[in-house]
Amino acid sequence: MSWRRAIYLLPLAAFAALAIYLSHGLAPGYNPELLPSAMIDKPAPAFDLAGLKGEARLTNRAFTDEIVFVNFFASWCVPCRQESPVLMDLSRRNVIVLYGIDYKDKPADAEKFLQQYGDPYRRIGVDDSGRTAINFGVYGVPETYAIDRTGHIRWRHVGPLTDDVVKNEILPLLQRLGAS
Amino acid sequence: MIRALIAAAILLGAMPAALAVEPSEMLPNPALEARAEAIGKQLRCLVCQNESIEDSGADLAHDLRVIIRERLKAGDNDGQVVKYVTDRYGAFVLLKPPVEPATYLLWFSPFAILILGAAGAWFYLRRRPAPPDEPLDLDQRRQLERLLLDDQ
Repeated sequence: MSWRRAIYLLPLAAFAALAIYLSHGLAPGYNPELLPSAMIDKPAPAFDLAGLKGEARLTNRAFTDEIVFVNFFASWCVPCRQESPVLMDLSRRNVIVLYGIDYKDKPADAEKFLQQYGDPYRRIGVDDSGRTAINFGVYGVPETYAIDRTGHIRWRHVGPLTDDVVKNEILPLLQRLGAS
Repeated sequence: MIRALIAAAILLGAMPAALAVEPSEMLPNPALEARAEAIGKQLRCLVCQNESIEDSGADLAHDLRVIIRERLKAGDNDGQVVKYVTDRYGAFVLLKPPVEPATYLLWFSPFAILILGAAGAWFYLRRRPAPPDEPLDLDQRRQLERLLLDDQ
């Protein structure tokens, strides 16, 4: 077939390429509402939050020279209940250092929530206004951030943590950050 | 009376800023409020992703509306306010995507396709043999005259 003939196949080829590209949007598990974080590789925003249960204040200065995870949660958040066994397991096995930020919540409700589902956090800050969450780029709880030893955000997960996320993302991340 | 006024003033001052602006409660300065609304209409609500934060009833949209008004009152220009939000949430929050290398395909592919189509059409039409330009023979000329007469 001469190239003059082949040129008539061009639209078909273009259509096939487009169809393959667009079919990715139909893949199971693809969620177009999941957004990449604009905060990756930026320094964690500064904050200074009241502690829950009259504990010491939680500030970003607490994150020094270790890899920490910051989990935004709320007692009114249903997926937070779903992820709580995963967080409890991580914290019990000392896999990660986990701080909690209680997002737009009543402290009494948060305490009840922690009594019921367990408290996996080293310390908890109360983000009553939601401003700290906005500075992190949070758009819904739960969200979890990893901050490296230099205070930079290296990872973010939207939605509840699952065993799969731990296995496929958190453990490799720890290895990567620990090695560097 | 004076004591009551002082007490009221102290109470007002002590009210947390978080209570400030509901969508119905606008900035007293109409020029500033108009700017705030114009900015809010350009920004996507992260919760209901096809609404602007000016339209959305989501809590986060409310917070961002308040922040926009705070930034404007603090003297930021429109670009700085938009940057404040995109710094945290990325270019995705802009309802009109910016023209930058990552969005060239989005912005320019319609024109590229138009140009390709026009080029294809031009080549096709140029190569098509022109219709024969022979004079009509006698029969055809008579037929034509008849048709023209019928028409009148």
